[in-house]
Amino acid sequence: MDAEVTDVTPVGNVKTEDIEIRLLLEAIFRRYHYDFRGYAMASVKRRLIQAREHFHCQTFSALQDLILHDPGMMTAMLPYLTVQVSELFRDPLYFKAVREKVVPHLKTYPSLKVWIAGCSTGEELYSFAILFREEGLFDRTLFYATDINHDALKKAEAGVYSLDRIKLFTENHRLSGGKGSLSDYYNAAYGAASFDKSLRKNVVFSDHSLATDAVFAETQMVSCRNVLIYFDRELQDRAISLFKGSLTRKGFLGLGSKETLRFSSSADAFSDFAHDERIYQKRDGT
Amino acid sequence: MSISARSQPSSREAAPQAVVIGVSAGGLNALSAILPQLPADYPLPVMIVIHLPPDRNSVVAELFDEKCALTVREAEDKEDILPGHVYFAPPDYHLLVEADHRLSLSSEEPVLFSRPSVDVLFETAADVYGEGLIGVILTGANPDGAAGLKAVMAAGGRGLVQRPDLSYASAMPEAALEFSPQAEALSLEQIAEKLREAVSI
Repeated sequence: MDAEVTDVTPVGNVKTEDIEIRLLLEAIFRRYHYDFRGYAMASVKRRLIQAREHFHCQTFSALQDLILHDPGMMTAMLPYLTVQVSELFRDPLYFKAVREKVVPHLKTYPSLKVWIAGCSTGEELYSFAILFREEGLFDRTLFYATDINHDALKKAEAGVYSLDRIKLFTENHRLSGGKGSLSDYYNAAYGAASFDKSLRKNVVFSDHSLATDAVFAETQMVSCRNVLIYFDRELQDRAISLFKGSLTRKGFLGLGSKETLRFSSSADAFSDFAHDERIYQKRDGT
Repeated sequence: MSISARSQPSSREAAPQAVVIGVSAGGLNALSAILPQLPADYPLPVMIVIHLPPDRNSVVAELFDEKCALTVREAEDKEDILPGHVYFAPPDYHLLVEADHRLSLSSEEPVLFSRPSVDVLFETAADVYGEGLIGVILTGANPDGAAGLKAVMAAGGRGLVQRPDLSYASAMPEAALEFSPQAEALSLEQIAEKLREAVSI
């Protein structure tokens, strides 16, 4: 029987580059086990376009070729795939609510564990460490600071920030109800502010993925802000169920100022604790 | 596989599916001339980036909700985009359109010193709605939105720009028209009319 030769034309409305992006993320997962497949694609696509231009690739397929065959390329890609924008005491009213409303509850515990999920370069961690020191909770607290980006974690562990950011950090700290001066916690030299290493003595820095890893500890508070907005609803749901699994009864969950539990299947497990500041409390018996 | 089993090419005159608006200095007055002119049964979603000082508790959406027949809200992360709803980007967050017709927020770096960025909204919306998108650039004092409107038109969408000589601040519409000379330069009244006509059959 003769083979019939027909012209092949593309089918459907899916753009070729969207297929390429899916394949690229699948390749990254299978080769390096970084899982961006459940991320919100509009933002990922914008950043992959920037990466494609930066690495002089004509297509995402060409970019995939580079990444699959060169682990160094994967390291270079991580800053494009993870968002690292933060500041100390970002959204000062959040920290004010933690200070004034959550801390009185935490003071009733003899020992505390606090999980800073998606800690990036450490700004959120140092904010909590300083706040807990000011409130007399620091010495009884173990902090877990986790992120998927190893380079970001190393920066978090170093605790060195550009001096030109300190003015904003100082103002945020003041607005959060800070009791001392922020300058008590860092040394300034050579254009950089180096945060006191005693702030890190109760901190475990660790690689952890909200997309692929499991709960690793029981905690009384989880702070995970402006991380979930980069996830699709399904991955948001997975992350929130991890927080639910980690928190003890009546434990606290802090989210970013525009993040919500509304679309999560775990929403019923939490009640509003400080509504405007997006602080939730895990209910009894869940 | 037979030819008939394949998807049909879309018709040349694509039905509009969504409106995006970018505006900066003088924006509240300009929007006041447009949004209240849209009827309660307006069938398209309208997504808006307005540059305002970063302030978590923006009252812009509430203000327009009272003035408008449409439902006006500040956008929430991952909510479904509904027809007849107007969504404002929250201050200090980018607003993006996802392929599954949901909204995303992002606190990535400002683009052209702007967060929210008109370009980010327009480019992601153009990617999703293609020729079904109407992009509107109004008064403003910076060039944000020019690249975005260009992306809208490159994807086959329509561009409406407030006439620079009638704008409170002309830089933003001028930049948009420079990047997209084929966009229609109109008064605010004409833009409101075009948005109504676009959905009348």
